[in-house]
Amino acid sequence: MSEIVSSADFQSKVLDSDQPVLVDFFATWCGPCKMIAPTLEEVAAEVEGRAKVYKVDIDQSQDIAVRYGVMSVPTLVVFEDGQPARQVVGVQFKQALLSLLG
Amino acid sequence: MESKNHIPESQASKACTDVIDVAVIGAGPAGMTAALYVERAGFDAVMFERIAPGGQLATTEHVENYPGFPDGTSGFDLAFAMKQQADNFGAKTINEEVVAVDVTSTPKRIDTAFGSYEASCIIVATGARPRKLGVPLEDELAGKGVSYCATCDGNFFRGKTVAVVGGGNTAVADAIFLARLCEKVYLVHRRDRLRATAVYNKRLEGIDNVEILWNTQVRRLFADSGKLAGIEVENTAEHSTQKLPCEGVFVAVGNEPNVEFLQGALELEGGYVKADETGKTSAAGVFAAGDVRTKALRQITTAVADGSVAAESAAEFLTL
Repeated sequence: MSEIVSSADFQSKVLDSDQPVLVDFFATWCGPCKMIAPTLEEVAAEVEGRAKVYKVDIDQSQDIAVRYGVMSVPTLVVFEDGQPARQVVGVQFKQALLSLLG
Repeated sequence: MESKNHIPESQASKACTDVIDVAVIGAGPAGMTAALYVERAGFDAVMFERIAPGGQLATTEHVENYPGFPDGTSGFDLAFAMKQQADNFGAKTINEEVVAVDVTSTPKRIDTAFGSYEASCIIVATGARPRKLGVPLEDELAGKGVSYCATCDGNFFRGKTVAVVGGGNTAVADAIFLARLCEKVYLVHRRDRLRATAVYNKRLEGIDNVEILWNTQVRRLFADSGKLAGIEVENTAEHSTQKLPCEGVFVAVGNEPNVEFLQGALELEGGYVKADETGKTSAAGVFAAGDVRTKALRQITTAVADGSVAAESAAEFLTL
C-alpha cells in the first residue's frame, strides 16, 4: 500500500523529490477514495523507479490540504520540482493517472 | 496491497485467446450479480471494469433501502461483498475500459484501450454517471467548489454557505446531510415540488437552515481566486435572476447512462439501452441490466434483479 505521508515528511518526500510525485489527497471516510485505492497501487507498481506515489490523509494533514486548496476528495496532484503541476478530482481510471504523471 | 479485483497479467492475456462465455461490461451491482448467476449456471463470466468494482454503489455512504440490513450498510462494504461473492464462484475481472463492441460478428468482439476480446454473449451493465449542470466554468471549478458527492466533500464546507441543485432523492439527502455541517444550504430546484421520496421530504421539514428555491435554475458560476464564489440563479416562474454568494455547489440533477462505447450498436430509448423484461436488447445475444437500461426504477434492488435475469437469459442463449 502506498505510504501515507505526514505533514512533517511532506517537504522531504514530496517537495524535495527528484522524481515526479503523485499525491492522493484522501479521507478515510470517503467511498470514492476507497474505490480508487487499488488503482493507485497498480499505478505505483507501474511507475516504480521513475515516479513516486504517496497519500495524504486530509484529516491528519489539514495544513497540507489547505495549502494546496484541496476541496474535494479524492484529489490527485502531480508534484514536479516541488510544485503542483497537474491535478484531477474524483475517481479516475488507471490510464488517466498514468497520463497525469506524464 | 494486492487487491482481489486485480487480475494478474497472465490471466488477462489468457482471456484474449479464449472466447469468453459471457462478457459483463461494468462491475456495479447489476454486473456483479450477473457474473454471480452466470458462474452458478456453469458458464464463465468476465467482468470489464474501467475504474473499480461497485459502480455508484461503492461511492454511496450509507444504504438503507437494500433489504437485509435493518440498520443500513455502507455502500462500499456492500459493493465489496458483492464482488467477493461473484469472485467466490469464479467470476474474473479485467480492469480495462471497453471503448467499442461489435455485436454483429460471431463471436462478438469487445475492444478495450489495451486489446480485443471475444465473447459469445454480452451483458451491458455500464450504469450511469452524475449529470453535469452544463454551465460555463463547471469543469474548471470541479474540486474547487463544484462537487458531485456531498458525503465526500461536505466537510470542506463546514460553517459555510452552499447550494444543492436538484429535487430528487440525492439532492434532498445531500441537503439534509449538508445542513448539519454548513451555515446555510440553498436547495435549488427547477420545479415547484420535490421529486424525492416521502421519507426524505419529511426529514427536510423542520431543518431551518435549508432554504428551497422553487422554479429555479443555475445559469452561471462565479469564481474568485480560482474557487467558486457564487452562483447566478433564475426563477423561471417570475423571470427574475439573483446572485447567491456560496462557496460550494453540490450537483444532484440526475444521471446519464454510460452508452457512448456502444456507438449505435444497440437501439436506445430516451438515451437508455432498450431492453425487454428478460434483458434482451436489439441485438441477439446481448442483454442489458441495471441503470443503463430502460426501466421504471433505478435502485440497487432493481439492478441486482436485472443482473440475475440477464444472466439467465444469457445462459439460455448459450444453450440454444
